[in-house]
Amino acid sequence: MNTATPLGYLDSAGTRADAILPLTWYMLIVSILVCVIIGWILVRALRRSRANGGDEETRAVAVEEGPSGTHWIRNGLLISSVPLLVALVWTMVTLAAVSGPPARPALTLDVVGHQWWWEVTYDGTPAAHTFTTANEIHIPVGQRVLVRLHGADVIHSFWVPKLSGKTDTIPGQTNLSWLEARVPGVYTGPCSEYCGEQHAHMMVQVVAQSSAQFDQWFAQQLQPATAPTDSASERGAALFEYRCGACHQIRGTQAGAHAGPDLSHIAGRRTLAAGLLPNTPGTLAAWIENAHGLKPGNQMPNQNLTGGELMDVIAYLELQR
Amino acid sequence: MAEPVTVPGVALPVGPIGRRGVGWWGVGTLVASEAALFAYLLFSYFYYGATAGPNWVLEPHPDLHVALPNTILLLASSGVAWWGERGVLRQRRAQALWGFGIAFLMGCLFALVQLHEWHTKPFSLGTSSFSSLYFLTTGLHEAHVFVGVLILAAIFVWTAHDYFSPRRRLSVSAGVLYWHFVDIVWLFVFTTYYITPYLGFGH
Amino acid sequence: MKSADLRIPVVGADSIAHQSRLLELWEGKPGLAGFFGSVDHKHIGVRYIVTAFVFLVLGGLEALAMRLQLAGPDRALLTPAQYDQLFSTHGMTMIFLYASPVLSGFSNYLWPLLLGSRDMAFPRLNAFGYWVYLASGIFLYVGFLTGNGPNDGWFNYVPYASAAYNPGLNEDFYSLGMVFLGISTSVGAANFIVTAFRTRAPGMSLDRLPILVWGTLTASVANLIVVPAVSLAFLMLWMDRQFGTQFFNTVGGGQPLLWQHLFWIFGHPWVYAIVLPAMGMVSDGLPVFCRRPLVGYSLVAVSTVATMILGFGVWVHHMFATGLPGIGMSFFSAASIAITLPSAVAVFAWLATIRLGKPVITTAFLFFASMILLFVIGGVSGFMTASVPVDWQLTDTYFVVAHLHYVLIGINVFPVVGAIYFWFPKMRGRLLDEKLGRWNFWTMFIGFNLCFLPMHLTGLLGMPRRVYTYAPEMGWTTLNLITSIGAFVFAIGVLLLFVNIARSWSKGKIASANPWDAPTLEWSVSSPPPPYNFALIPKVASRHPLWEGRLPAPERSSLDRGLLLDSGKETIGSTALDAHADMILEMPEDSLAPLFLSLGLAGAFAGLILKLWVVTAIFGVVLAMALLWWLWPRRALREREPAHG
Repeated sequence: MNTATPLGYLDSAGTRADAILPLTWYMLIVSILVCVIIGWILVRALRRSRANGGDEETRAVAVEEGPSGTHWIRNGLLISSVPLLVALVWTMVTLAAVSGPPARPALTLDVVGHQWWWEVTYDGTPAAHTFTTANEIHIPVGQRVLVRLHGADVIHSFWVPKLSGKTDTIPGQTNLSWLEARVPGVYTGPCSEYCGEQHAHMMVQVVAQSSAQFDQWFAQQLQPATAPTDSASERGAALFEYRCGACHQIRGTQAGAHAGPDLSHIAGRRTLAAGLLPNTPGTLAAWIENAHGLKPGNQMPNQNLTGGELMDVIAYLELQR
Repeated sequence: MAEPVTVPGVALPVGPIGRRGVGWWGVGTLVASEAALFAYLLFSYFYYGATAGPNWVLEPHPDLHVALPNTILLLASSGVAWWGERGVLRQRRAQALWGFGIAFLMGCLFALVQLHEWHTKPFSLGTSSFSSLYFLTTGLHEAHVFVGVLILAAIFVWTAHDYFSPRRRLSVSAGVLYWHFVDIVWLFVFTTYYITPYLGFGH
Repeated sequence: MKSADLRIPVVGADSIAHQSRLLELWEGKPGLAGFFGSVDHKHIGVRYIVTAFVFLVLGGLEALAMRLQLAGPDRALLTPAQYDQLFSTHGMTMIFLYASPVLSGFSNYLWPLLLGSRDMAFPRLNAFGYWVYLASGIFLYVGFLTGNGPNDGWFNYVPYASAAYNPGLNEDFYSLGMVFLGISTSVGAANFIVTAFRTRAPGMSLDRLPILVWGTLTASVANLIVVPAVSLAFLMLWMDRQFGTQFFNTVGGGQPLLWQHLFWIFGHPWVYAIVLPAMGMVSDGLPVFCRRPLVGYSLVAVSTVATMILGFGVWVHHMFATGLPGIGMSFFSAASIAITLPSAVAVFAWLATIRLGKPVITTAFLFFASMILLFVIGGVSGFMTASVPVDWQLTDTYFVVAHLHYVLIGINVFPVVGAIYFWFPKMRGRLLDEKLGRWNFWTMFIGFNLCFLPMHLTGLLGMPRRVYTYAPEMGWTTLNLITSIGAFVFAIGVLLLFVNIARSWSKGKIASANPWDAPTLEWSVSSPPPPYNFALIPKVASRHPLWEGRLPAPERSSLDRGLLLDSGKETIGSTALDAHADMILEMPEDSLAPLFLSLGLAGAFAGLILKLWVVTAIFGVVLAMALLWWLWPRRALREREPAHG
């Protein structure tokens, strides 16, 4: 259980998941022990079997009343009650420890589940520090981050296994979750309530970094769009506004729609299409041209740009770090 | 307690006598299941009311001028049907026919007034979850009233044909039981939609 | 007073003349009309079982297709849309069209035989329930085969199921089909309840009922109360989709979570409804091969009922991640942990029965005994998900998929296959092959565990359920490959069952009336039983009528002298608790009315899916008239009475 399984939660890395882990191990070990003990009793009992055959051999063994045996049930229940009671009390204690959202969070995020991507808004205390991004959350290590969860369309579930358990995003209500990373790293979270065709490709990345790195990232996000630097990116900017601006936003440009993910600083993100692809100029181009081939059913239309147009758009987008 | 091994030689009814028959139990299970259905409808009402924002109830002061007399009419029809059943029990066919006939007419009148009540509502099926649930609940109840008056009509016809006697009357007792059920359920629906808003629920 | 409507039932001994008289009264007509009109519980029971197994095979094929898709990362055998319909249809099929009907089938076949009766309380209603089940199953599969299968999982959460996100006919088929199927479940439940309370042989008091009867009775009471919840939910969904109601639409004040409440108020008791009768089969079957009575009969019976009572109060544990208040969740968490105890009663009773008995290993015994282990594995994983904080990690991962398959296959399929080995000789008069049975058992057992045991780990490694594919870097590749291999091994195991049945159908060893030397009443009649079940309605004096004399018992049941009841198609009605003979029930003749009534219902539902309201209305009127005709009081009854002054 290590980095080979990015979603395994038995090696937690955040306060909330840490608190649950001992209880999980306790219940897991009790469970395995129970299975082993019952299996052992069963096998031992079977070894006393009289015959190994069919109807005739059954009939050949005489029926007897035998001992009543109810003490088995009584003792069994008494013995099982102990681990059950421990589990119950431990559950309540853990629930109290992890359920309450932090009173004074270092940071508050609004996360909206969409088919099939995550919209993330940072609520800066001055309004000017508020910005929106998609599918990638940066948090400072060791600080509690309050996450307010909203549903835009259908029900999704927000889950970052190594940091925190699941909370659903439900249209019409706001649910609360919180994150606190203990160790720096990149933690992946899959949508964990079935939400349609691309439920499998709806990942959020949580990047936990030192305060200094986080502040730097935060400041970078507040910057407006990078203006085109050459003719290719200039053509790309115009194309973007015309072709992509009906759905996407890049802050500080004419493209200001919110139907799709906010693409401000897109080039600085780690993945594309909610964790489907690593973010490189090549995959970005492939995505724009063939979004439906790569993620069937998703709501971004294939763009059918010419090769040149595509290069221009990529040139422009790659500036948005 | 020692039991005799052979069956005692007492005379047993052949087929249903009085209420003693599997059919009576059958109607009992039907009523239980239907009661559960209305329980879920009312659960939904209170669930919405408790979780929705203010003003979920679209009619904070529903008009009782028609609904209350209509409710009394329906409850009274239960008593009339019961009186009709007594007629069968006492072998007074005229009383039975009057009872089932009047209960039938009262049921029909209730259903018609209910249709009128729907028309006076300031909201329609798709206005909000409140209106949807109002029409679904009262609509399902109306459907039960239809079934109920059909049963009353059938019992009326069967009584007219002299099918029943004080002993052979399971259909009468079962049918009247169903009609009592339809009426009692309405009392719950009425209380929920017409009384609880006055008590401040869902504003 | 002596009159035609009161009669002292004649107690007598069996004779050839008596049997031929009964046969004349009870034997169905030959030919198609006889086939379609049969109301014999044994025919209906077998039909339920066979139909349920057809659906099991269909659901199994769907599962295999999914396991091929998931055998490796990034495979593209299925499109996401196909995968979604497959997993939803798989769940719908297994849970609604297999797991519950197959148990109804066994209970239908066995109950009158176990209770010492000649049929169920409402034989025509029984036939009607079967035809509606078949028709609704076909209705749902017409949807699937025309590309309109359910695509939102078996629990079908809104808003994804609403028209805005799911515009096709998929959810219309599912909604209407489930309402349709609910009719079958409800009438079946009502029939079981009345049968259990009113048609037992004299002396078959509640404390002598086989545990299977307790299980099915408990399940039926639950079904009667909870099926309306899911029918209502599906009706609301269909109205939202069709008529613009606002039940689940947040814009109009609707509540997506209301769906989840209504669904799980139904859904969780339903899970118990599809395991308790199967647990009953084990409780009744296991002691036969341990050559002793079940340990703790009363405790097991009481715990069956207790499980269901607690089961009504745990539905919210399916909703721990929906942001409910902590206090409420603590309550449901505690109830979900506590429900372990009544389930544990059965486990310890079975273990003690094996340990204190003299087990004889047969294939049926292996299926029953192995079920104990699978039950425990499915139980402890359920115990883990009962803890709210742990569930926040486990829920909606493959851990839950593993859990629910241990529950549904472990506690339903294994006992059911065991029950086939156990009761096939009764139904067919021939034994299944024991040697092939061993292969059958071990292939299924190994395949099942190979498939689903690693799945717990896949879940702990974070794989969400209902994903149509996964990336290689997630680290789930090997586990998924093992699971896929296990699935195919398991499928071969199930295939061996069919091979065994096919081979033994006409070539199996002839079974005596009581091949296993079992204690209960069904084994007192010939294999297969005659149409009238019991030539004499027995008088029961203990829980083990056929083991009396070998077990200490104060009294002996009377099997060779009993009620003749041959003046017509009759059986005995008895009081609810003590089963004193109470009345003579006149049983209906075979009838085509149930078939036509269900065809009428199918027509009405077809009208709804095609939006031809007129068709539905016409069928509705015809149905109402047919029902009236069905319930028309028999004048004959009245006329038998002497004229009153």
